[in-house]
Amino acid sequence: MNYFIQRLLSAIPVLLGITIIVFFIISLIPGDPATAILGSYATPENVKLLNEQLGLDKGLIQRYFIWLGNLVQGDLGRSFALNRPVLDEILERFNATLILSGTAFILCSVVGVLIGTISAFKQYTITDKIITFTVLTGISLPSFFLGMMMILLFAVNLQWLPVSGMYAIYGGGDFLDLIHHLIMPAIALALVATGVVARITRNSVLEILRQDYIRTARAKGVREGNVLFKHVLRIAIVTILPILGLQAGFVLSGSVFIEIVFQWPGVGRMLVDAILKRDILLVQGGVMFVAACYVLFNIAVDLLQRYLDPRIK
Amino acid sequence: MINFLKLISRNKLALFGGILLVIIFVVSFLSPLLPLKDPDVIKTSDRFLLPFSEGYLLGTDHLGRDLLSRLLWGTRLSLLVGISAALISATIGSILGTIAGFYGNKTDNVIMRIIDVLMAFPYILLALAIVAVLGPGLFNAMIAVALVNIPFFARNIRGVTVTIANKEFIDAARLSGMSNFKIIIYEIFPNILPVIVVTISTTVGWMILETAGLSFLGLGSQPPQADLGSMLGEGRSSLIVNPHTSYVPGAMIFLIVIGVNLFGDGIRDALDPRLSKGELVKPQPVTQIKLNKNVKNNSNSFLSVQNLTTAFEFDNKLHLASKDVSFDIKKGECLGLIGESGSGKSVTALSVTCLVASPPGVIVDGSVKFQGDDILKMNYEQIRELRGNKISYIFQDPLSTLHPLIKIGKQLEEAFIEHNHQKNKEATFKGKELLKLVQIPNIENVWNSYPHELSGGMRQRISIAMALTNDPELIIADEPTTALDVTVQAQILLLLDTLRKERGLSVLFISHDFGVVSQICDRVIVMYGGQIVEEGKTENIMSKPRHPYTSQLMKCVPHIGFGKRELPTISGSPPSITYKKEIGCSFSSRCLIKKDNCLNEDIKIVQKGDSEVRCLYPHE
Repeated sequence: MNYFIQRLLSAIPVLLGITIIVFFIISLIPGDPATAILGSYATPENVKLLNEQLGLDKGLIQRYFIWLGNLVQGDLGRSFALNRPVLDEILERFNATLILSGTAFILCSVVGVLIGTISAFKQYTITDKIITFTVLTGISLPSFFLGMMMILLFAVNLQWLPVSGMYAIYGGGDFLDLIHHLIMPAIALALVATGVVARITRNSVLEILRQDYIRTARAKGVREGNVLFKHVLRIAIVTILPILGLQAGFVLSGSVFIEIVFQWPGVGRMLVDAILKRDILLVQGGVMFVAACYVLFNIAVDLLQRYLDPRIK
Repeated sequence: MINFLKLISRNKLALFGGILLVIIFVVSFLSPLLPLKDPDVIKTSDRFLLPFSEGYLLGTDHLGRDLLSRLLWGTRLSLLVGISAALISATIGSILGTIAGFYGNKTDNVIMRIIDVLMAFPYILLALAIVAVLGPGLFNAMIAVALVNIPFFARNIRGVTVTIANKEFIDAARLSGMSNFKIIIYEIFPNILPVIVVTISTTVGWMILETAGLSFLGLGSQPPQADLGSMLGEGRSSLIVNPHTSYVPGAMIFLIVIGVNLFGDGIRDALDPRLSKGELVKPQPVTQIKLNKNVKNNSNSFLSVQNLTTAFEFDNKLHLASKDVSFDIKKGECLGLIGESGSGKSVTALSVTCLVASPPGVIVDGSVKFQGDDILKMNYEQIRELRGNKISYIFQDPLSTLHPLIKIGKQLEEAFIEHNHQKNKEATFKGKELLKLVQIPNIENVWNSYPHELSGGMRQRISIAMALTNDPELIIADEPTTALDVTVQAQILLLLDTLRKERGLSVLFISHDFGVVSQICDRVIVMYGGQIVEEGKTENIMSKPRHPYTSQLMKCVPHIGFGKRELPTISGSPPSITYKKEIGCSFSSRCLIKKDNCLNEDIKIVQKGDSEVRCLYPHE
């Protein structure tokens, strides 16, 4: 519990660092935001007025602290393109991203660890070779290309699954409908990460099998299946956990592409749209929000690691 | 460098990846010289022609532009942009990493904290933010990708620099009055360059993919200029009706990435020391058994080992670790097996139930008869039934031989559950009884502890309890007291000795310490260079060692209360395990009474007084 609080506190400097980077990168944008927002109404008086409203007439440092103050209170400003509070838009979109990335993350962790372990345990057999080959092909397929090919095959030719979106436009909206829409994007998003996890798992299982305590288990007459599930996997999960934390970042990054390919209404697609429309506050808020979530997620991984490995003091 | 290339070329897949990459590079970079159509010429009458149409090998896109030409030009652009991004981030990242690693302290702290923060972003977010600032465009996308990858380089290079900066030749350069700048350029840089090159080669594929990704999103190259990503992005709008406009660029991206991956794997494997040492090969549950000849074993002893020869196989050569080892153990007897490390005693002990890790272990000869049945002729299931049941082991260092993440209780119950098919309740009862037997205080606490929470002595008691779980008839104890301090050692020995006498256990006790062996063993075998050199009753060997090795080894044992004396050692070192067949006495090079004929032929073990000894000139 003590450690829990300590770890949360240690995230504060990182989060502050993120706010600084996000704020200053965005404020490097050339041109006058007020002019951009007002468009054809940009008379000098209006620009001056809006600049005062937005606090843009103040110094950079001062503006950072005002922005930070608002941020802490949950005020990320207003999106001028959507004409609604940035936070409302993000929260709505983040839900969709979370469903997609979360599913993909669970998929890549479970499947990756599983096939990596099987591959190691059946090293040099035909099973191992098939898995190794599939993994190699999988990690070489860019997710956005894979997504497009899946749409062609499963949605257009076989018509098993819907082409895109999160819910059917007519009559959809229930859980089954969501699953139906989720299958393709989640698999496309998970594939590369699954391959990476499987590879690392395979190597780490092979290394663990050489350890003295595995010999002890065998000397006790433990069946090979139990050696694998009770002895090897226990250790493997602890060594792979930090890798899974990293994969979460890759999945989150990949979701931007997958959301575009499958028209998934998530944060990634929102960000790309916002960049093309130069909706700066939305970009700023979106990047800040997702980065903060990722930091918190990694703390959770850390804590889980500590829980699973009692040797860490 | 040549070795390195050899290593890579030995790996066929890596070679294939390398060749694939070279072809793609050469063809795409020659595209300005090739007789291709202009990639940007629009001909709407030829829209969406399929591949292999007349005049268009790969067909045309939505504006009737030649896809082959666009593909090659696009590949060239993607490669150029990806490689430039890699070079930029490698340069800046390496400079930052070197500065942080070389100067250390505050400089290091500041740089690394910033790097940490940058690494806290999922990479695409940072790239998107940078593109948002700079505006869409291929050059800007490249800058974004380059910047996003700087932290990765900086971190890697810093790590390497720190190790190099602490080496002696850097101190020497400092003392000779070289400036810091010169040291970095002339001393550090040449040493980190290989690391930089390897890091670039393993990340360049990734950066090509990232820039293609940004272009795919419409944030990279802008029309009419096209790289692979934007071609794929354009193809997407006609995906359903004219999928070939997507296949073509998509397949090229796939080929580039798989080429980089195959080649990168080859580099990684070539550099991975674990692979060359065979540490990434799964050890089989039973040692590989390839018996050359049928060893006759008519002994009716409780355990009878005949001509046991175990080898390690490296590069198809057999390196013998134990040669023709033969001994018997009677019911209730304790046999000591003594020798230096590398003498083959542990390999012999593990071979009894085929526990030598395989590969590389192979049992090439011998017979191990246990209660009348030859273990080397059993199948896995039969051997498994013996292990931890009738024959159990106690290993040397319980910190590494107990599972670090399983509670003591669970580990104790396991052997019982595996062999008796009974529920946890009985196993728990039995386990706690055993803890009482090995005099563990505070049983409930220990039961729920992890190995690292206990003392060395406690852990070894638990190993003993674990070995006793299924009332074994033979215990093989491989240096069970070596990792312990002297007082604990005495307690453990006493415990083992009492248990053995109470339960009529047979024990094979492996040690390098005559003092320990003399306390509990009835008989002793001395091993040297994989062979038994002397065998006899403990008191006979202790009072009258016949083999020069035995006597020299015993002189090395310090005695308390005998005043100051120089502690003798055996000069030289034991023979290393080799695949070469060596004739004659293996101890001759260190022997004080060696004669010329010691190396003429292999020496047989013969009766001498009360002991058996493998020496032409044994002590009288």
